[in-house]
Amino acid sequence: MRRRDLLALTAAAALAPLAAPALAAAPQTAGAPKRLVVVLLRGAVDGLNVVIPYADEAYYAARPTIAVQRPEAGEGAGLALDDHFALHPALAALMPLWRERQLAFVHAAGSSDPTRSHFDAQLFVENGTPGRHATADGWMNRLLAALPGPRGPTDAIAIGPTLPAILRGPLTVANLPLGQAAGHQLAIDRPEIASAFDRLYAGGGPLGRAYREGRAARAELLGQIGPEPQAADGGSLPANGFPAQAARLAHLLSRNRRTRLAFVALGGWDTHVRQGGAQGQLAERLQPLGDGLAALAHGLGSDWNDTVVVVVSEFGRTVRENGDGGTDHGHGNAIWVLGGSVRGGRVYGEWPGLSHAQLYEGRDLGVTTDFRSVLASVGERHLRLSDRAIAAVFPGLPPAGSEIAGIVG
Amino acid sequence: MCTAADLRMAAVRVLGFRARCFAAPRKVIGRVCAVLLLALAVPPAHAAEPVSDRQAIHILDRLAYGPSAEDLRHLKSLGIERYIAEQLDPASLTEPPELTARVAALDTLVLTPVELFQQYGPPRPADGSKPTPEQVRERREKARTILQQAQEARLLRAVYSRRQLAEVMVDFWYNHFNVFANKGQSRLWFAAYEAQAIRPNAFGHFRDLLVATARHPAMLFYLDNAQNAAPGSKRPDGGEAGLNENYARELMELHTLGADGGYTQDDVVALARILTGWTIARTPKASPDGSGFAFNSAHHGTGPKKFLGHDMEEGGEAEGLAALDILARHPATARRIAFELAQYFVADQPSPALVERLAARFAATDGNIGEVLKTLFASREFRDSIGGKYKTPYRYVVSAVRAAGVPLANPKPLLSAMARQGMPLYGCQTPDGYRDTADAWLSPDASLLRVSFATALASGNLPVAAAQQTPEVALAMTPRPEVMAVSSVEPKREPVDAEALQRLLGAALSHSARQVIAAVPPAQRAALILGSPDFMRR
Repeated sequence: MRRRDLLALTAAAALAPLAAPALAAAPQTAGAPKRLVVVLLRGAVDGLNVVIPYADEAYYAARPTIAVQRPEAGEGAGLALDDHFALHPALAALMPLWRERQLAFVHAAGSSDPTRSHFDAQLFVENGTPGRHATADGWMNRLLAALPGPRGPTDAIAIGPTLPAILRGPLTVANLPLGQAAGHQLAIDRPEIASAFDRLYAGGGPLGRAYREGRAARAELLGQIGPEPQAADGGSLPANGFPAQAARLAHLLSRNRRTRLAFVALGGWDTHVRQGGAQGQLAERLQPLGDGLAALAHGLGSDWNDTVVVVVSEFGRTVRENGDGGTDHGHGNAIWVLGGSVRGGRVYGEWPGLSHAQLYEGRDLGVTTDFRSVLASVGERHLRLSDRAIAAVFPGLPPAGSEIAGIVG
Repeated sequence: MCTAADLRMAAVRVLGFRARCFAAPRKVIGRVCAVLLLALAVPPAHAAEPVSDRQAIHILDRLAYGPSAEDLRHLKSLGIERYIAEQLDPASLTEPPELTARVAALDTLVLTPVELFQQYGPPRPADGSKPTPEQVRERREKARTILQQAQEARLLRAVYSRRQLAEVMVDFWYNHFNVFANKGQSRLWFAAYEAQAIRPNAFGHFRDLLVATARHPAMLFYLDNAQNAAPGSKRPDGGEAGLNENYARELMELHTLGADGGYTQDDVVALARILTGWTIARTPKASPDGSGFAFNSAHHGTGPKKFLGHDMEEGGEAEGLAALDILARHPATARRIAFELAQYFVADQPSPALVERLAARFAATDGNIGEVLKTLFASREFRDSIGGKYKTPYRYVVSAVRAAGVPLANPKPLLSAMARQGMPLYGCQTPDGYRDTADAWLSPDASLLRVSFATALASGNLPVAAAQQTPEVALAMTPRPEVMAVSSVEPKREPVDAEALQRLLGAALSHSARQVIAAVPPAQRAALILGSPDFMRR
């Protein structure tokens, strides 16, 4: 427990000697919790234009109108990561993290299942069992079960109005939209309304459970999402979009020390038509994502050292651009890993190459790293899970190579 | 039509609840009572099986958007079988004149795709000059009318139409063939798509529905087939065009065979090639019938194509029609549609035996949707599945308004409530459409939003009944928090009549819910009924 928190608790206890039950329920403050934030880019982001293999001639040959130019090319050029890869210029906000070695990528990562269906592939990313539809729970719910207790209603939160498959399962999770409406009052906040509905929902079954989880989560979180957070430098936040959401998430996580896992999904990556190169549709989607991740890192302050953010998508896109300046559904992609304890400044993974013979089914970037092994490494090194616990989260996952295992310090 | 059973019902109500629930003049009540004696004395020629309230609510929860007082009465007087037959023949039902008049006032709904493009599409100054940013912005603003009118029409019909099953099927097929109303020029055409491709084919042959969606500009734009062209053909801007697989893949994965339907990546490419040249015509000259569809033979790829084991005959546009025939009549399609219908009308995990029976009926009738529905409604699985489905946000909101009998003057609070629960009307971005299962919608946050919505609606604090003219254009694609919030400045409006609500829904409330409701002050009862776990299900 940090001294400041201890003082705060002591003071509260002195002022309110009758508030013992409330105190027992106060957030845990013994050390900063190790956290994982997962960002799922639904729709398959074009990883070859996020982490650009600029040293591959084949990349430029396959993408005559949408390639991002080599780092030395001047205006709109990729931002050099190393002598092979460059970052999309719309993600410039992440370059300080790269230089601080707090940002890494794993290229040619993906699923062991070859489906090019968005919906099947997303389900596999979320249930953590590629090729198997029937898995009833999401891997983040299994991960929550693997973390040591005690349990509370906001241990894991999904940002948004619905509960995504990745968090479904027996353990209690919360969901809340972090838009501008997040802190607004609802009728259920009035005690006489709440007590009547509490009685109505006292029974068992999934509806009673969801209601009670909602009530418990709201009681714990409402006060913490209430006022509009201010950026630490006093500047005002953008009104909407991912940067604002990310800043609210940072604010929420800094105040609610119980939350260990968070999930957010962003859509709009299915760029079949005119996706653009350095500018255009994809760039316009990437910029708020990069700005938001930078805002999250900034907003978490010293907690950033105990946070790992993983950005994944269901599959990659075709190496060759299609007839409309876009790309179709492909296979391998890049996974992003960010955090204060990440061994960053490095592109991990075995690069399979882009020449025709090296492509998966003659058209797509191959997969040399299973996405689950990246997540398993984070679980092992960052969340300190045992091999057995990891096997329960990702059943049937073969052991990862030692390189990926070291992605978090 | 006024049957003897109608009158018996009316009489029971008059006797049971005195004249309190009747706004009719005394004279009318007198007449009803006079005929009542006659009606009780003479049994009707075709006495319908007596229908319990719980059965009646079940039928209305599935074939309709939940019970309204009027529909419950009507169904009970008609009997279940005749009600189902009537609903499967919507043309036989006359719509309420007020509904017809209100929908007729929404003038964008009757325009053809070409007219929509001309009147609401990008501005094209007569002198051929480039439009100013100001003009572009104005047009975009104007095009929002289309969304507002489509949302209003959809809600008005869902609440008031007597052709409830038709409205339910429009929702089903729109989701099955989803088009996102906010993607590029789809925003001009998605409402016309519902009116022209979905609505007329909701009970017909699946093949016609499939073709109508495939040729509509809304779909051609949304899934990019308008830009799918033979490699090497020239685009209008002089650039080189090429294949785009997007529609071909979703056509098989989502609209017909399903992801496990046995097709390969080669089939995706073959189908994309077959559909090259199916594109959008935006001017009266290019589309004399206004449909907005055109086949551009210059963009169609010739040469042999092997699709799902068939060697396709060279035939330009006809190749696409032949491919759609193959897909519509494929056994995997029959199974997929059967599964989706069973999931929508019966259970999240419908029994394989039921799905098999429906698929067989689909195959035996060349995909006649009305026939498949008949089989479904006659099934034991359907009859025995009372209360087994969790309502989507759309169903929940619409059913609450119908049950409460609140006059729908202002749809905005309802649209906001749906959007806030993650289901903006016409706002599903991805082509798979909104799901209809509990695991997609049941969440801690949604539970609190629903009971809060129920409380606001029941208290009369939600400005649904009074048309509110706000200066800004309320585009309910994004949640507008203020209407979900507890309002302290809104003047108090008429609260919902809890006793009437209890009479309507009582049979569907659990014993424990009834006890809790009986124990709270009367002013809270309507909120608890509409917010009860029983009313979250259908």
